[in-house]
Amino acid sequence: MKAFWKSMLRHPGGVIGLVILFITIFIAIFGPTIFPTSPWRMVQRPFLPPFTNPAVLLGTDALGRDVFAGIIYGARVSLLVGMVSTLVALIVGVPLGATAGYFGGRVDDALMRFTEFFQTIPSFPLAIVLVAILQPSIYSIVASIGIVSWPPVARLVRAEVLSLRTREYVQAAIVTGQSNSWIIWREILPNALSPVIVLASLMVATAILLESSLSFLGLGDPNMISWGYMVGAGRTVIRQAWWITVFPGVAILLAVLAMNLVGEGLNDALNPRLAKGSR
Amino acid sequence: MLKHFLLGLALTSSLCTAALAQEPKMGGTINAVIQPEPPGLMLALVQNGPTQMVSGNIYEGLLRYSKKLEPLPGLAESWTVSPDAKTYTFKLKPGVTWHDGKPFTSADVLFSVETLRVTHARARGNLVQVDKVEAPDDLTVVFTLKQPFGPFLGIFEVGSMPMIPKHIYEGSDIKTNAANNAPIGTGPFMFKEWKKGSFIQLVKNPNYHIKGKPYIDSIYWQIIPDAAARSVAYETGKVDVLPGGSIENFDVPRVSKLPNTCVTGEGWEFFSPLAWMWLNNRQGPTANKLVRQAIMYAIDREFARDVIWNGLGKVATGPSASTIKYYTDDVRKYPYDPAKAKALLKEAGYKGEKIRMMPLPYGETWLRWAEAIKQNLNDVGITIETVATDVPGYNQKIGEWDFDISYSYLYQYGDPALGVGRNYVSSQIVKGQQFNNVEGYSNPEIDQLFADGAVATPDSKRKEIYDKAQKILVEDVPVAWMLELQFPTIMNCKVKNLITTGIGVNDGFRDAWIDK
Repeated sequence: MKAFWKSMLRHPGGVIGLVILFITIFIAIFGPTIFPTSPWRMVQRPFLPPFTNPAVLLGTDALGRDVFAGIIYGARVSLLVGMVSTLVALIVGVPLGATAGYFGGRVDDALMRFTEFFQTIPSFPLAIVLVAILQPSIYSIVASIGIVSWPPVARLVRAEVLSLRTREYVQAAIVTGQSNSWIIWREILPNALSPVIVLASLMVATAILLESSLSFLGLGDPNMISWGYMVGAGRTVIRQAWWITVFPGVAILLAVLAMNLVGEGLNDALNPRLAKGSR
Repeated sequence: MLKHFLLGLALTSSLCTAALAQEPKMGGTINAVIQPEPPGLMLALVQNGPTQMVSGNIYEGLLRYSKKLEPLPGLAESWTVSPDAKTYTFKLKPGVTWHDGKPFTSADVLFSVETLRVTHARARGNLVQVDKVEAPDDLTVVFTLKQPFGPFLGIFEVGSMPMIPKHIYEGSDIKTNAANNAPIGTGPFMFKEWKKGSFIQLVKNPNYHIKGKPYIDSIYWQIIPDAAARSVAYETGKVDVLPGGSIENFDVPRVSKLPNTCVTGEGWEFFSPLAWMWLNNRQGPTANKLVRQAIMYAIDREFARDVIWNGLGKVATGPSASTIKYYTDDVRKYPYDPAKAKALLKEAGYKGEKIRMMPLPYGETWLRWAEAIKQNLNDVGITIETVATDVPGYNQKIGEWDFDISYSYLYQYGDPALGVGRNYVSSQIVKGQQFNNVEGYSNPEIDQLFADGAVATPDSKRKEIYDKAQKILVEDVPVAWMLELQFPTIMNCKVKNLITTGIGVNDGFRDAWIDK
């Protein structure tokens, strides 16, 4: 574990990513306590430019709502959706991929054809359709993002399991008569985890982007403010008031960038070949 | 360079004012925005706003209406009313032909009236008091009423009662007739082409019954789905006319200030759109009158007008818009007063139960408005859960009464008997329809007042009845009235004389011309 942090911290991109990520998480958890004004409240005159009034630092939107408050509260939705939907994708993808890879043969064929079925449908349009059918809410958004993003997890886990299955320690476990599920969970999966962790961190970034895109198109949860919603609502007034779109846009950019940098840092830190060199 | 530009500006603006005295010029093409794309153009079957706007220039009604809602000759040259106010005799204009060359006669009027009674919900309501319609000769039509009906001369507008050709529709199923795709009317413009998702083209009717009109050769109704793109299309000169509601409200001031741009709020008098919140009177907290009154005090309608509608429109005082007949503002007033709203909620025993709110899915303005109102209601302690939906979902939920609070804006058609009563009388509680008494308000006294008001004579008696009805309704708050909307028409100043009637662009191209 120590070695992991050492190599992670040696990666400058990863450090920057981690710092931004921790700031975002801090804002998401404590922001609303420190900053209790609801982002929906009309606090000042509409279209107030940024940096003119210290009370509303980033200006106000078309209804006079504080853009800064929107960004604070939006962090919550973005991170929540990003992480929970990734979790959903993992919960579906990991067991499916592991089963397919471990048992092989007909089971593998059936499960992989099923996965391919999902892979052939472009993910964003599918997410739009699902949210539109289920009515936009935080639950339908998390569910639909989870549904469109599990196939790569399943394929990755399957590939890892396929290669690990032939290792001697697995063979040994089979010979000693361990049950299949015990072998998968205790012998194989722990060793297949590092690429999955890297993939998951990148999936959080993709999920944040997907949620923003859905909200941008007006398919966000109407009861929760999110960065994508702010960009979408401000888009039509971009010529009068650039700040309504730009600041939440920057927030999305930073959050996604941070997740990508963290993913890259993890990739290097968890890669045994690169890690060995640093030891 | 700048000097030249300023000089040019001064010149064009002086031309703008001088134009009134100019002789109309012939020829030219006008590009106008139509938003959204109409579902069809056969006016007897489809009555959506955009359909009325395009087809009002293809079809004609017996009468037209001035901006003051006085009847003007249309296909009927003149009309007389019998002393007992029960017989209306219309003299049709001679020499009128359909676009395919067949003559227009009183038989077409009879056929249209009978057809619209089946296909056109509003016409059916308007014609309830008609006992019989007769055609003594080719150019005379006589309507005999069961009893005097005050607003009768107000029901002949082209969108309310379009004249359709008997020789094409007789004996066929009107809904599937192939002619619906290329409608045939008597109007100044003929249907030429509809490229779905792109444009609808109308061309000049060379045999129009007013010699010398129309002046312009062709109209292109451009279909541009994105609001920002519609503004750009106007700025770049791709379109010349932005009918009311074509661009987002916050863009109206900016676009209005562009050089050589003329703006008018006229041309909506006949419709007088009034926006309100539906409050479900059947169930939940909104079934309580005190809660409904509290909502009226809680919403900041002046803020909505100034910020969301950019100062356009007027705060509504009750069920009638101030532009229609028998309007009175001698009713209970609901200024923005959160403290009073809180007190009323307390009195009503409301304890923060969740109320579902469904915004009107008609674009940015309506979503922002719903967000502002949600905040207003939150401020007085009402818990709101927003339900997102699309247009078909909205129509369905409204029709099935599956909402607590929602939004709409409806036309009033100049007279409370035509456009107001339908939203409050209990006979209009019909499941599955969207624009009637959706809120489920039921009050026998109001039913009686609207029934009496429609047939009372003289005018002073009607006024008395409607004054009383307005007082009761405003006290009961069956729906929360918000604003009398204004939809300014924005156009290039080279387009002259477009808005001449109470329905504006809908039948305005007859008299419009282009200054070159």
